[in-house]
Amino acid sequence: MKITVAGVNKEVADNLTVAQLVIDEKVETPEYVTVTINDEFVESGAFESTTLKDGDVVEFLYFMGGGQ
Amino acid sequence: MAFTNEQLERYSRHIILKEVGAKGQKKLLNAKVLIIGAGGLGSPVALYLAAAGVGTIGIADADDVDLSNLQRQVIHTTKDVGTPKVESAKKTMEEINPDVKVITYHTFVTSENILDLIKDYDFIIDGTDNFPAKFLINDACVMAKKPFSHAGIIRFQGQLMTYVPGKGPCYRCVFRNPPPKDAVPTCKQAGVIGAMGGVIGSLQAMEAIKYILGQGNLLTGYLLTYNALKMEFRKVKLPSNTDNCPICGKHPTITKLIDYEQAECDGVHL
Repeated sequence: MKITVAGVNKEVADNLTVAQLVIDEKVETPEYVTVTINDEFVESGAFESTTLKDGDVVEFLYFMGGGQ
Repeated sequence: MAFTNEQLERYSRHIILKEVGAKGQKKLLNAKVLIIGAGGLGSPVALYLAAAGVGTIGIADADDVDLSNLQRQVIHTTKDVGTPKVESAKKTMEEINPDVKVITYHTFVTSENILDLIKDYDFIIDGTDNFPAKFLINDACVMAKKPFSHAGIIRFQGQLMTYVPGKGPCYRCVFRNPPPKDAVPTCKQAGVIGAMGGVIGSLQAMEAIKYILGQGNLLTGYLLTYNALKMEFRKVKLPSNTDNCPICGKHPTITKLIDYEQAECDGVHL
């Protein structure tokens, strides 16, 4: 199936979970990433139980604390 | 309030813009913006807001200028090393534009003082370097119904979003809680390219100016991310449903401000 991850179109396995996608995308410190699918937040405890479907648009939002 | 001849000349490039005009320039001169953090982000914000003629600029920072700051904190100079950042910033802003009244707060923001600090300002700039301060500014601005610009920078990356009460998600909608201390690399360990503060801080200044003028679209409901190495900007849409947010949602569970443990300048690789 086809999904969009951070603006990039990708072909991924059917029934891919968010937890697996986070691994496949090599997200650094995955326990602190915020994930949205089709403009909805995925609860941080629900990465394992959330399955992606064809056409989903996924974004990763990262903590960025610097400024000084 | 009539403009002096000097003001007409100083702000002529603003006044000629149809989105600004004399009316908009007066709005800027009457506006009050608080900048929290006089560092990498706060420096360009302070320089551009002072130059723009924002009439009252508050600046809060507890630190003194350090030599290692000067690679990015462009409001301070070598001879300012060892002096309070707020004093150095005030001096530079007043030299740029004597129209501007600069109010300094030589202090850290805490749950005790932040509501008092922000109460007289129209717009707040988060130019801080740590998650406890960023969450504190968010929560205080939500509680006090104040608009603010959030930003973060690390390595070759930066991002920002704008919160306006009732107009979209707050920072805590996106990031529920600060990461534990030392869970992510600090800026001191990770580094940051100096010009990143210039890019992202200038965008924060632009958001403040647009808010004051009431012109254009703000970064409400979006996170703008910038990756300098890829030379890529992305305007990422944020979910509009904020009902479950513990601070700005329908049933807030956070009803008082929290002082989280301080871990300076944290960030996660994008």
